[in-house]
Amino acid sequence: MSESGKNDTWTVAGRTFTSRLIVGTGKYKDYAQNAAAAEAAGAEIVTVALRRVNLSDPSQPMLVDYVKPDRFTFLPNTAGCYTGEEAVRTLRLAREAGGWDLVKLEVLSNTAHLLPDMEETLRALKLLISEGFQVMVYCSDDPVYAQKLEDAGAAAIMPAAAPIGSGRGIQNFLNLGLILEQAKVPVLVDAGVGTASDAVLAMEMGCDAVLMNTAIAEARDPILMASAMKHAVISGRQAWLAGRMAKRNYAAPSSPLAGLI
Amino acid sequence: MQLILNGEQREFSGVVTLADLVSQLGLDPRKVAVERNLEIVPRSSYRTTALAGDDRLEIVHFIGGG
Repeated sequence: MSESGKNDTWTVAGRTFTSRLIVGTGKYKDYAQNAAAAEAAGAEIVTVALRRVNLSDPSQPMLVDYVKPDRFTFLPNTAGCYTGEEAVRTLRLAREAGGWDLVKLEVLSNTAHLLPDMEETLRALKLLISEGFQVMVYCSDDPVYAQKLEDAGAAAIMPAAAPIGSGRGIQNFLNLGLILEQAKVPVLVDAGVGTASDAVLAMEMGCDAVLMNTAIAEARDPILMASAMKHAVISGRQAWLAGRMAKRNYAAPSSPLAGLI
Repeated sequence: MQLILNGEQREFSGVVTLADLVSQLGLDPRKVAVERNLEIVPRSSYRTTALAGDDRLEIVHFIGGG
Protein backbone atom coordinates (compact mmCIF):
# COMPACT_ATOMS: atom_id res chain seq x y z
CA MET A 1 0.00 0.00 0.00
CA SER A 2 1.28 3.47 -0.82
CA GLU A 3 1.94 6.08 1.84
CA SER A 4 -1.34 7.78 1.04
CA GLY A 5 -3.25 4.67 2.10
CA LYS A 6 -1.55 4.44 5.48
CA ASN A 7 -2.52 6.54 8.47
CA ASP A 8 -5.36 7.88 6.40
CA THR A 9 -7.10 10.28 8.75
CA TRP A 10 -9.28 13.33 8.37
CA THR A 11 -9.54 16.38 10.55
CA VAL A 12 -12.50 18.58 11.37
CA ALA A 13 -12.29 21.61 13.66
CA GLY A 14 -8.88 20.47 14.88
CA ARG A 15 -10.02 16.95 15.82
CA THR A 16 -8.56 14.04 13.87
CA PHE A 17 -10.48 10.85 13.11
CA THR A 18 -9.70 7.55 11.43
CA SER A 19 -13.25 6.40 10.74
CA ARG A 20 -14.97 8.18 7.88
CA LEU A 21 -18.41 6.93 8.79
CA ILE A 22 -20.53 9.04 11.13
CA VAL A 23 -23.71 7.37 12.29
CA GLY A 24 -26.93 8.71 13.68
CA THR A 25 -28.56 7.33 16.79
CA GLY A 26 -32.22 7.63 15.84
CA LYS A 27 -34.87 5.10 14.79
CA TYR A 28 -33.28 2.04 16.40
CA LYS A 29 -35.32 -0.62 18.20
CA ASP A 30 -33.55 0.33 21.42
CA TYR A 31 -30.35 1.93 22.66
CA ALA A 32 -28.60 -1.44 22.96
CA GLN A 33 -29.08 -2.14 19.24
CA ASN A 34 -28.05 1.42 18.57
CA ALA A 35 -24.77 0.98 20.46
CA ALA A 36 -24.08 -2.35 18.73
CA ALA A 37 -24.64 -0.76 15.31
CA ALA A 38 -22.32 2.15 16.10
CA GLU A 39 -19.64 -0.35 17.13
CA ALA A 40 -20.17 -2.48 14.00
CA ALA A 41 -19.90 0.66 11.88
CA GLY A 42 -16.54 1.41 13.45
CA ALA A 43 -17.82 4.94 14.03
CA GLU A 44 -15.92 7.45 16.12
CA ILE A 45 -18.56 10.17 15.86
CA VAL A 46 -22.29 9.77 16.46
CA THR A 47 -24.97 12.39 15.99
CA VAL A 48 -27.37 12.95 18.86
CA ALA A 49 -30.46 15.07 19.40
CA LEU A 50 -31.43 17.12 22.42
CA ARG A 51 -34.90 16.84 23.93
CA ARG A 52 -36.79 17.43 27.15
CA VAL A 53 -36.20 14.83 29.86
CA ASN A 54 -39.22 12.63 30.51
CA LEU A 55 -39.98 13.83 34.04
CA SER A 56 -42.78 11.35 34.62
CA ASP A 57 -40.30 8.46 34.41
CA PRO A 58 -36.72 9.53 35.13
CA SER A 59 -35.66 5.88 35.41
CA GLN A 60 -36.20 5.12 31.71
CA PRO A 61 -33.07 4.23 29.71
CA MET A 62 -30.83 7.08 28.65
CA LEU A 63 -28.76 7.19 25.47
CA VAL A 64 -25.53 7.99 27.32
CA ASP A 65 -25.84 4.76 29.32
CA TYR A 66 -25.50 2.75 26.09
CA VAL A 67 -23.75 4.94 23.52
CA LYS A 68 -21.10 6.31 25.80
CA PRO A 69 -19.62 9.77 25.41
CA ASP A 70 -16.17 8.49 26.40
CA ARG A 71 -16.26 6.02 23.49
CA PHE A 72 -17.82 8.22 20.79
CA THR A 73 -17.53 11.90 19.98
CA PHE A 74 -21.08 13.22 20.28
CA LEU A 75 -22.17 15.54 17.51
CA PRO A 76 -25.31 17.28 18.79
CA ASN A 77 -27.74 18.28 16.06
CA THR A 78 -30.47 20.86 15.73
CA ALA A 79 -33.02 18.50 14.21
CA GLY A 80 -36.50 19.94 14.44
CA CYS A 81 -35.28 23.55 14.41
CA TYR A 82 -36.76 25.89 11.82
CA THR A 83 -35.09 29.16 12.82
CA GLY A 84 -31.59 30.31 13.67
CA GLU A 85 -32.70 31.28 17.18
CA GLU A 86 -34.10 27.80 17.86
CA ALA A 87 -30.86 26.25 16.64
CA VAL A 88 -28.71 28.50 18.82
CA ARG A 89 -30.86 27.85 21.90
CA THR A 90 -30.71 24.08 21.32
CA LEU A 91 -26.94 24.01 20.84
CA ARG A 92 -26.25 26.20 23.86
CA LEU A 93 -28.01 23.53 25.91
CA ALA A 94 -26.16 20.78 24.04
CA ARG A 95 -22.85 22.47 24.80
CA GLU A 96 -23.72 22.49 28.48
CA ALA A 97 -24.94 18.87 28.40
CA GLY A 98 -21.92 17.59 26.54
CA GLY A 99 -19.22 20.07 27.35
CA TRP A 100 -17.89 20.58 23.83
CA ASP A 101 -18.49 22.94 20.95
CA LEU A 102 -18.46 20.71 17.83
CA VAL A 103 -22.05 20.65 16.55
CA LYS A 104 -24.16 19.79 13.54
CA LEU A 105 -26.39 22.56 12.29
CA GLU A 106 -29.51 21.68 10.39
CA VAL A 107 -32.27 24.20 9.86
CA LEU A 108 -35.15 22.56 8.05
CA SER A 109 -37.71 24.12 5.78
CA ASN A 110 -40.78 21.90 5.90
CA THR A 111 -41.76 18.52 7.24
CA ALA A 112 -42.54 16.90 3.87
CA HIS A 113 -39.03 16.85 2.40
CA LEU A 114 -36.93 18.08 5.35
CA LEU A 115 -34.63 19.87 2.94
CA PRO A 116 -32.58 22.62 4.56
CA ASP A 117 -33.66 26.26 4.55
CA MET A 118 -30.35 27.60 3.33
CA GLU A 119 -31.01 31.29 3.96
CA GLU A 120 -31.84 30.53 7.60
CA THR A 121 -29.02 27.96 7.84
CA LEU A 122 -26.46 30.57 6.80
CA ARG A 123 -27.88 33.08 9.30
CA ALA A 124 -27.83 30.46 12.09
CA LEU A 125 -24.26 29.51 11.20
CA LYS A 126 -23.12 33.10 11.69
CA LEU A 127 -24.90 33.29 15.06
CA LEU A 128 -23.28 30.04 16.21
CA ILE A 129 -19.81 31.02 15.07
CA SER A 130 -20.12 34.33 16.96
CA GLU A 131 -20.78 32.21 20.08
CA GLY A 132 -17.67 30.09 19.55
CA PHE A 133 -19.22 26.93 18.14
CA GLN A 134 -17.46 24.71 15.60
CA VAL A 135 -20.19 23.99 13.11
CA MET A 136 -20.62 21.14 10.65
CA VAL A 137 -23.43 22.25 8.38
CA TYR A 138 -26.14 20.11 6.81
CA CYS A 139 -26.95 21.82 3.54
CA SER A 140 -28.46 21.50 0.11
CA ASP A 141 -26.26 20.36 -2.77
CA ASP A 142 -26.02 23.93 -4.08
CA PRO A 143 -22.35 24.82 -4.68
CA VAL A 144 -23.11 28.54 -4.32
CA TYR A 145 -24.53 28.17 -0.82
CA ALA A 146 -21.80 25.65 0.06
CA GLN A 147 -19.23 28.35 -0.71
CA LYS A 148 -21.15 30.91 1.36
CA LEU A 149 -21.15 28.50 4.32
CA GLU A 150 -17.43 27.95 3.98
CA ASP A 151 -16.77 31.69 3.70
CA ALA A 152 -18.82 32.21 6.87
CA GLY A 153 -16.57 29.76 8.73
CA ALA A 154 -18.27 26.35 8.57
CA ALA A 155 -16.05 23.57 9.93
CA ALA A 156 -17.48 21.11 7.39
CA ILE A 157 -19.93 21.20 4.50
CA MET A 158 -22.50 18.39 4.57
CA PRO A 159 -24.74 18.32 1.51
CA ALA A 160 -27.71 15.98 1.45
CA ALA A 161 -27.42 13.19 -1.11
CA ALA A 162 -31.23 13.06 -1.10
CA PRO A 163 -33.93 13.96 1.45
CA ILE A 164 -33.38 12.68 5.01
CA GLY A 165 -34.56 9.10 5.40
CA SER A 166 -35.40 8.72 1.69
CA GLY A 167 -32.65 6.17 0.99
CA ARG A 168 -32.34 7.29 -2.62
CA GLY A 169 -28.59 7.89 -2.81
CA ILE A 170 -26.78 10.78 -4.50
CA GLN A 171 -29.22 12.67 -6.72
CA ASN A 172 -26.92 15.32 -8.15
CA PHE A 173 -23.42 14.08 -8.89
CA LEU A 174 -22.58 17.20 -10.84
CA ASN A 175 -23.33 19.57 -7.97
CA LEU A 176 -21.64 17.35 -5.40
CA GLY A 177 -18.58 17.25 -7.64
CA LEU A 178 -18.50 21.04 -7.85
CA ILE A 179 -18.81 21.34 -4.07
CA LEU A 180 -15.94 18.87 -3.60
CA GLU A 181 -13.80 20.71 -6.11
CA GLN A 182 -14.11 24.09 -4.45
CA ALA A 183 -14.19 23.18 -0.75
CA LYS A 184 -11.17 23.64 1.50
CA VAL A 185 -12.95 22.21 4.55
CA PRO A 186 -14.16 18.60 4.84
CA VAL A 187 -17.17 17.67 2.70
CA LEU A 188 -19.48 14.92 3.95
CA VAL A 189 -22.52 13.43 2.33
CA ASP A 190 -25.18 13.70 5.00
CA ALA A 191 -28.63 12.16 4.55
CA GLY A 192 -30.22 10.18 1.76
CA VAL A 193 -27.83 7.24 1.64
CA GLY A 194 -29.80 4.01 1.19
CA THR A 195 -27.34 1.19 0.80
CA ALA A 196 -23.63 0.41 0.69
CA SER A 197 -23.12 1.35 -2.96
CA ASP A 198 -24.40 4.89 -2.23
CA ALA A 199 -21.69 5.29 0.40
CA VAL A 200 -19.05 3.87 -1.95
CA LEU A 201 -19.99 6.38 -4.66
CA ALA A 202 -19.77 9.30 -2.24
CA MET A 203 -16.31 8.25 -1.11
CA GLU A 204 -15.13 7.50 -4.67
CA MET A 205 -16.02 11.08 -5.55
CA GLY A 206 -13.64 12.28 -2.85
CA CYS A 207 -15.93 12.99 0.08
CA ASP A 208 -14.09 13.12 3.39
CA ALA A 209 -16.75 11.10 5.18
CA VAL A 210 -20.37 9.98 5.07
CA LEU A 211 -23.07 10.55 7.67
CA MET A 212 -26.06 8.25 7.80
CA ASN A 213 -28.78 7.02 10.12
CA THR A 214 -31.84 5.49 8.47
CA ALA A 215 -29.91 3.29 6.02
CA ILE A 216 -28.54 1.37 9.01
CA ALA A 217 -31.42 1.70 11.47
CA GLU A 218 -34.10 0.60 9.01
CA ALA A 219 -32.16 -2.30 7.49
CA ARG A 220 -33.61 -5.72 8.28
CA ASP A 221 -30.38 -6.43 10.16
CA PRO A 222 -28.99 -3.08 11.32
CA ILE A 223 -25.80 -4.53 12.78
CA LEU A 224 -24.92 -6.29 9.51
CA MET A 225 -25.74 -3.16 7.51
CA ALA A 226 -23.54 -1.11 9.84
CA SER A 227 -20.69 -3.48 9.02
CA ALA A 228 -21.50 -3.25 5.29
CA MET A 229 -21.38 0.54 5.50
CA LYS A 230 -18.05 0.44 7.32
CA HIS A 231 -16.56 -1.60 4.50
CA ALA A 232 -18.26 0.50 1.82
CA VAL A 233 -16.76 3.70 3.17
CA ILE A 234 -13.29 2.13 3.45
CA SER A 235 -13.64 0.63 -0.02
CA GLY A 236 -14.74 3.88 -1.66
CA ARG A 237 -12.01 5.82 0.11
CA GLN A 238 -9.29 3.39 -0.94
CA ALA A 239 -10.55 3.39 -4.53
CA TRP A 240 -10.41 7.19 -4.55
CA LEU A 241 -6.89 7.19 -3.12
CA ALA A 242 -5.81 4.45 -5.51
CA GLY A 243 -7.06 6.38 -8.54
CA ARG A 244 -9.36 4.51 -10.87
CA MET A 245 -8.33 3.33 -14.36
CA ALA A 246 -9.29 5.36 -17.39
CA LYS A 247 -12.58 4.57 -19.11
CA ARG A 248 -12.28 3.40 -22.72
CA ASN A 249 -14.80 2.99 -25.47
CA TYR A 250 -13.47 -0.40 -26.58
CA ALA A 251 -12.06 -3.54 -24.98
CA ALA A 252 -8.41 -3.90 -23.93
CA PRO A 253 -7.40 -7.56 -23.48
CA SER A 254 -5.95 -8.50 -20.13
CA SER A 255 -3.99 -11.50 -21.56
CA PRO A 256 -1.10 -10.70 -23.90
CA LEU A 257 -1.73 -11.37 -27.60
CA ALA A 258 1.95 -12.17 -28.25
CA GLY A 259 2.98 -15.84 -28.10
CA LEU A 260 -0.47 -17.23 -29.02
CA ILE A 261 -0.25 -20.83 -30.29
CA MET B 1 -43.17 26.93 44.81
CA GLN B 2 -44.75 26.95 41.38
CA LEU B 3 -42.41 26.32 38.46
CA ILE B 4 -42.96 25.95 34.75
CA LEU B 5 -40.98 22.84 34.03
CA ASN B 6 -40.57 21.63 30.45
CA GLY B 7 -43.66 23.59 29.53
CA GLU B 8 -45.84 22.30 32.38
CA GLN B 9 -46.85 24.18 35.50
CA ARG B 10 -45.89 22.17 38.58
CA GLU B 11 -45.87 22.69 42.32
CA PHE B 12 -42.79 21.80 44.38
CA SER B 13 -42.14 21.90 48.10
CA GLY B 14 -38.78 21.78 49.82
CA VAL B 15 -37.02 23.11 46.74
CA VAL B 16 -34.74 26.11 47.20
CA THR B 17 -31.96 25.67 44.64
CA LEU B 18 -31.75 24.09 41.23
CA ALA B 19 -29.68 21.28 42.79
CA ASP B 20 -32.66 20.53 45.10
CA LEU B 21 -35.01 20.35 42.12
CA VAL B 22 -32.77 18.07 40.05
CA SER B 23 -32.35 15.78 43.03
CA GLN B 24 -36.09 15.75 43.84
CA LEU B 25 -36.83 14.82 40.21
CA GLY B 26 -34.47 11.87 40.53
CA LEU B 27 -32.19 13.07 37.72
CA ASP B 28 -28.45 12.56 37.41
CA PRO B 29 -27.08 16.10 37.03
CA ARG B 30 -24.21 14.79 34.87
CA LYS B 31 -26.68 13.67 32.20
CA VAL B 32 -28.84 16.76 31.82
CA ALA B 33 -28.59 20.42 30.93
CA VAL B 34 -30.80 23.14 32.36
CA GLU B 35 -32.05 26.40 30.97
CA ARG B 36 -33.66 28.85 33.42
CA ASN B 37 -35.67 31.73 31.96
CA LEU B 38 -33.84 31.23 28.65
CA GLU B 39 -30.37 31.34 30.29
CA ILE B 40 -28.14 28.26 30.52
CA VAL B 41 -27.29 27.31 34.07
CA PRO B 42 -23.82 25.76 34.22
CA ARG B 43 -23.79 22.43 36.05
CA SER B 44 -21.31 23.86 38.54
CA SER B 45 -23.89 26.47 39.61
CA TYR B 46 -26.85 24.25 40.43
CA ARG B 47 -26.21 24.52 44.17
CA THR B 48 -25.92 28.28 44.13
CA THR B 49 -28.86 28.91 41.80
CA ALA B 50 -31.88 29.83 43.94
CA LEU B 51 -35.17 29.27 42.15
CA ALA B 52 -38.01 31.78 42.20
CA GLY B 53 -41.74 31.24 41.71
CA ASP B 54 -42.86 30.97 38.08
CA ASP B 55 -39.32 30.35 36.86
CA ARG B 56 -39.43 28.75 33.44
CA LEU B 57 -37.10 25.76 33.37
CA GLU B 58 -36.13 23.44 30.58
CA ILE B 59 -34.35 20.23 31.56
CA VAL B 60 -33.00 18.37 28.55
CA HIS B 61 -30.72 15.48 27.69
CA PHE B 62 -29.28 13.71 24.67
CA ILE B 63 -31.47 11.23 22.86
CA GLY B 64 -31.05 9.31 19.61
CA GLY B 65 -31.03 11.46 16.48
CA GLY B 66 -29.58 11.69 13.01
